[in-house]
Amino acid sequence: MSYFLRRQGWVFGLFVLFVALFIVTRLIQPAYGSGDFGSLVRAVLPYAFAVAAQTVVVIAGGIDLSVAAMMALTSVTAASMMAGASEEYALFVVPFVLAIGLVLGAVNGMLIVVTRVPDIVVTLATLFVLQGAALLVLDAPGGAGAEWLKALISGTVPVPGLPDGIDAWLPKALLLLIVCVCIIWIPLRRSRLGLSIYAIGSSELAAFRSGVPVARTRIIAYALSGLFAAFGGLALTMSTGIGAPIPGPYLLASVAAVVLGGVALGGGKGGLLGPIVAVFVLRLVRTDLTLLAIDPNVTAIIEGAIMVAVVMFGAFITMRGRQS
Amino acid sequence: MSTTAIQPVPFGRRLKRFMADRPLIPLIILLVILVVILQILRPGIVNERWIANTIKFAIPLAILAGCQTMTMLTGGIDLSVGTVATMSAFIMATQVVNQDPAVAFLLAMMPAVLIGLVNGIGVGVFRVHPLIMTLGTSLIGTGCLQVYQRTVIASGAKIPDVLAWLGTGLTYGVPNALLLFVPLAALIVFTLSRTGFGRLLYAVGDNERATRLSGVQYWQVITALYVISSVLAGITGLLYIGLIKAPSLSLAEPLVLPSVAAAVIGGTSIFGGRGGYTGTIIGALILTVLTTLLTILQMPEGARRILFGLIVLFVTAAYLRIVEER
Repeated sequence: MSYFLRRQGWVFGLFVLFVALFIVTRLIQPAYGSGDFGSLVRAVLPYAFAVAAQTVVVIAGGIDLSVAAMMALTSVTAASMMAGASEEYALFVVPFVLAIGLVLGAVNGMLIVVTRVPDIVVTLATLFVLQGAALLVLDAPGGAGAEWLKALISGTVPVPGLPDGIDAWLPKALLLLIVCVCIIWIPLRRSRLGLSIYAIGSSELAAFRSGVPVARTRIIAYALSGLFAAFGGLALTMSTGIGAPIPGPYLLASVAAVVLGGVALGGGKGGLLGPIVAVFVLRLVRTDLTLLAIDPNVTAIIEGAIMVAVVMFGAFITMRGRQS
Repeated sequence: MSTTAIQPVPFGRRLKRFMADRPLIPLIILLVILVVILQILRPGIVNERWIANTIKFAIPLAILAGCQTMTMLTGGIDLSVGTVATMSAFIMATQVVNQDPAVAFLLAMMPAVLIGLVNGIGVGVFRVHPLIMTLGTSLIGTGCLQVYQRTVIASGAKIPDVLAWLGTGLTYGVPNALLLFVPLAALIVFTLSRTGFGRLLYAVGDNERATRLSGVQYWQVITALYVISSVLAGITGLLYIGLIKAPSLSLAEPLVLPSVAAAVIGGTSIFGGRGGYTGTIIGALILTVLTTLLTILQMPEGARRILFGLIVLFVTAAYLRIVEER
């Protein structure tokens, strides 16, 4: 137990924070029920995918500034392809869009490996490129999403044998998030490739000397990031029913949640669970502030202050740990 | 050059070495090429007025890129410059309505100093990653600005004549903004290359541990650096509002990412310890000319952004190739 706590202490703390915030929410608004929880999860969904995309790259020792632009591009591509098309056609659109994300992510990684330009500059450049491409696909918010896709995240999961009271707390969006993330992350984490990703993030030189194919691993890490971003773009289209070419505030949110989730910005440490729980915490804070009828602009200040304070606290703890 | 007489080196090699020794030359060549392309595409566009205009728009970008250059020398980055510039511009424009201009100026610079101080303490004392720290403070700053906007919504805004004169005015065809920029740039170049503080910045970026072991108070250097960076950003905001003349809540935000690009194109290493301000100024000029070029080509907005991104990437990659292969 103590081993578990030491290894997963940060994530555990976040969970406790989430539960505490949830209780606070119930105290503020006793009527806060399963329906509100469902809409919270739906709002979190694109953020969670953006954070997953950022996390993979940060663990590999890089950073991806193009996450939000990638989401915008995949979202408008999906929305414009599905507009006016049949429901079955969307079955083809979804894998196509995911493949776009995977390929463009791999291109990001290849550019970094081949040009040897720092990752922050390369992804800054691809941010402009992807944003431009999104504007070429759709120059104003538009398009449409297939009905079955939208149905995928609305409502709850009917589990036979469970009372309705508990069933209502299992929104489909949550299931979708868990399934999509687990299908990719768990096999990866247990594979040689996953180990390599952690290795190049921890120390590129050591990894290289132990025979890890650094360049290939880095490209794959960025490709996975692109894939998660494409999931995020699809989630955007699912929840809004359209595609918007101007990316939302997902870049900043993803970096913030990665740090809050206990992933070190130098790479090699942390997991996917922490950042995703961190996103839930951040969104719930926002909900609480809205329920308290606080001016949304003040909400932005409070969110920023929380982020800065937590990051300072985290850095302080690591510093103490290193000294002792 | 006496060795070349004994052992002839191929011309291409020599050219490359020459460029690597003087990293500014390929940048200036690129700038000239861009201007020539512009002149070919639209004959007669390159005249006195165009040059003055280009310089006017390049100056705010160059100052912000100066903030990036200095922070990058220590291995950091300052993404809060856009918010700081916007805040000081907006506060100046709204406070000058019923305050003395000097008081308004002090009020406008206050958030800049404050944000710089918080950045510096976060990065220097608590050792937070500069990217996160400055993103966080810029988020807080934007929130504060939005709240502030609601309190002054009735009072209206006006641009002080001095700032409009400084931002857009021309004297004998020379932009007045140069009056501010030339001393400022000279000061930055002088500080970086000739003073102890400048040397400390390079030292911290080059090897932080060694610097610390040789008795440098790391947090003092970093805090001073981020305060200076923020103050420069605040001054840029005042200049920019005189140029744009329309206060808004996202005034200088579009300049942030190009300012990073300008510093990187100018040859400053994002990992610290290498670079200088003269390259950054040329980088800012290149980006400004590039923007004009893309506007003149009359492409859709999307294609323009794609080209901008590709060119920034290509220039940086090519430049690294030239400079690194010594």
